[in-house]
Amino acid sequence: MTQQNLWQFITEQHEKLLTQVTQHLALTFLSLLLAIIVGVPLGILIARKRKLSSPVLGFAGILQTIPSIALLGFMIPAFGIGATPAIVALLIYALLPIIRNTFTGITGVNQAVIESAKAMGMNRKQLLFKVELPLAMPVIIAGVRTAAVINVGVATLASFVAAGGLGEFIFGGISLNNTNMILAGAIPAALLAIILDQTIAVLQKSGYQVFRYLKFIVPIFLLITGVGYLLTSVKENKLKAGFTPEFMGRQDGDLGLRSVYGLNANPKVVNDAVMYKAAFEKDLDLISGYSTDGRIKAFDLYVLDDDKKIFPPYFAAPIIKTKTLQKFPSLEETLNLLSGKFNDAVMTDLNYRSDYLHQTPEKIAKDFLIKTNLFKVSRNGNTATVKIGSKIFGEQYILTQIYKMLIEGYTDYKVETKTGLGGTKICFDALINDAIDFYPEYTGTGLLVLLKPTEKTIKEVSQSADMTYQYVDSEFRKQYGIQWLKPLGFNNSYALMMRRKQAEELKIKSISDLKKYWDSK
Amino acid sequence: MIRLESVSKIFNGKPAVDDISFQANQKEILVLLGTSGCGKTTTLKMINRLVESDSGDIFINGKNIRHQNIEKLRMGIGFVMQNSGLFPHYSVRRNIAVVPELLKWNKKKIADRTLELVHKLHLPEDILERFPNELSGGQQQRVGIARALIANSPILLMDEPFGALDNITKADIHSEFKSLEELKNKTTILVTHDVQEAFELGHKICLMDNGKIIQMGTPEEMLYQPKNDFVTDFFAESRLLLEYKVATLNDVSPFINSENFAAQFNFPKQTSVWNALQKLSSDRQNTESYDLLMKAFSDYRKLQIV
Repeated sequence: MTQQNLWQFITEQHEKLLTQVTQHLALTFLSLLLAIIVGVPLGILIARKRKLSSPVLGFAGILQTIPSIALLGFMIPAFGIGATPAIVALLIYALLPIIRNTFTGITGVNQAVIESAKAMGMNRKQLLFKVELPLAMPVIIAGVRTAAVINVGVATLASFVAAGGLGEFIFGGISLNNTNMILAGAIPAALLAIILDQTIAVLQKSGYQVFRYLKFIVPIFLLITGVGYLLTSVKENKLKAGFTPEFMGRQDGDLGLRSVYGLNANPKVVNDAVMYKAAFEKDLDLISGYSTDGRIKAFDLYVLDDDKKIFPPYFAAPIIKTKTLQKFPSLEETLNLLSGKFNDAVMTDLNYRSDYLHQTPEKIAKDFLIKTNLFKVSRNGNTATVKIGSKIFGEQYILTQIYKMLIEGYTDYKVETKTGLGGTKICFDALINDAIDFYPEYTGTGLLVLLKPTEKTIKEVSQSADMTYQYVDSEFRKQYGIQWLKPLGFNNSYALMMRRKQAEELKIKSISDLKKYWDSK
Repeated sequence: MIRLESVSKIFNGKPAVDDISFQANQKEILVLLGTSGCGKTTTLKMINRLVESDSGDIFINGKNIRHQNIEKLRMGIGFVMQNSGLFPHYSVRRNIAVVPELLKWNKKKIADRTLELVHKLHLPEDILERFPNELSGGQQQRVGIARALIANSPILLMDEPFGALDNITKADIHSEFKSLEELKNKTTILVTHDVQEAFELGHKICLMDNGKIIQMGTPEEMLYQPKNDFVTDFFAESRLLLEYKVATLNDVSPFINSENFAAQFNFPKQTSVWNALQKLSSDRQNTESYDLLMKAFSDYRKLQIV
């Protein structure tokens, strides 16, 4: 398979790209419009009633500091998934610059001018529309520009809650180690930000007349928005499916479901942080998940049997450069202490403690080590520092903590953790560049995302867990000078899952059953 | 006609205007004179309710302003402020037309009246399409006056209208302002801290200090019948100049032997002694007349001081 260049990718995916750009624009415009409708009057209000200004600006400031993913997370219980929570979240981010600039603009109008307007007999309304707003307009527009640029950026995260947008490419690309895909999302997003900013700047230069054009601009906004959503709205299905961006682009994911099972689920793209909850809340019926995820237990989900074996084994093991092992002589032995101490049930339980019981990774790690008689009190060593990385989901955080306690208890090394690295690509790049020394990786990911061998090889080595392990270990040594230490013992493969109750009602046990149900009627 | 009755205003527990009463008559310019912080601007702004009085009553043509709609009240009062207060986003034409537009005059009427005022205030016509920041200080102030006059309101309030101008521009604008037809039937109150301006423009002067009226009267009364030392001291610095300016040829004519002194030099009777002396001093041939006038003034003055 030859490497694709960016242009080829864009040409091939231009329909998807166009859809995403439209969705992105629609999200940005609609939220911006709402933010103006809410923010400008609020700014005027606090300029009139100065006592309110501190609490209002303070509150908007607090909203602004909530990390975007967390904010999207809060939105799910209230608004479900799709465009609504994304637009509400974007609206919240756009509010602060608009309120603050309206306030600053109006309070900054020369007092002598206001006094002279009053002295000539203008009432409050005339004062506002003839004097204060026109004079504050440049400042207000500057706020709208800031908000527009922020919104184009934050709208990439809309893909986490199945609202589409260019985030589908960007985060899909990060998960799939596909640079072209990342760029196909990121470059248009950057261009959109610049174009939008400049367009508003041009509108602003046309001066105080902007108000007059507003009655034309608003319908155009709404038109673009409406058309955007008509074009891109997902058709109703019997079952609402939501897959992660990573799952969407993988042979052992949506592609495999289509080619091997012939199942076109017409899925929405959604972030795994909100996916399980959405399934539980019945916003989604069918989701792609990980077989050891604690939320399976927490939300009583049912994992469909992969009867045609499209999901290869995903055994977890730490990966580390051979060079690094030489630098830390007692590291390999220590890490291998964990080998075989896990199985799927053990890992699911640990994840359950984290995801549902909300125990800290530290406590879970310590309990686990005590239970397996591996716990030793930290030696507080300081001879050298080992840097452990992790991807951004619960299981990796727990594993990182277990490794940290283990290394500190058994060796004189100090440990530094770099948790929450955004995806496979980011983790692996960090490892290659020595930003981290090792991280837990899965054999299936190593095979399909990092090595990307031919389909024939994949079929051959996917037959058994051991063969996959042997293959990735030897190939990684050859290609990157990285080796796979002994597997931990659990298999966290991809899986399709549904609410147990619904699966039982529909009598769906395997993916083939699902396909049959889908095709019926 | 404007009448104030026991009007007070308290700012932060301190009286800014303390129980003052006075009356300003039609066809008269009343000057509120005093140092900064004496309460003169507050007094002025209470008349169009930019500042609401705490106690006392203000009547305009017999009607208590408290009982009037505030916007209607203000539309009936021309207001000129320091630094013109023009709207930076309006052209000069629109600036002048603000009040007529609020009053919903038709376009033709507004345009005609605007042009009339532009001529009366000696402004070039092409100024109408320009913006305030493109004008000189003197032009801005003239536009500000035009704006206050356009609606023919019977009352004109002026808050340090010429305070930001240089002396030469100020002198020009003063003489234009005095001869402005538009003012003839109005009741005008002008606030200033400039003693010479007060004497130049005021028919009556009301000297204020610490929120109270110290003395009110004609310029001559202020000079020659001061109520107390404060009044004397207030004018001490420019006293001589003011005396020359206050006295007219008409005042001193009884002390001139020559019958037709004024006619000889084509001086109107209302010419101030100061102006007459200036004209005479410019020509050597008039030395005799100059001395004559000086002596007459000196005699006149002796009588006044007593």
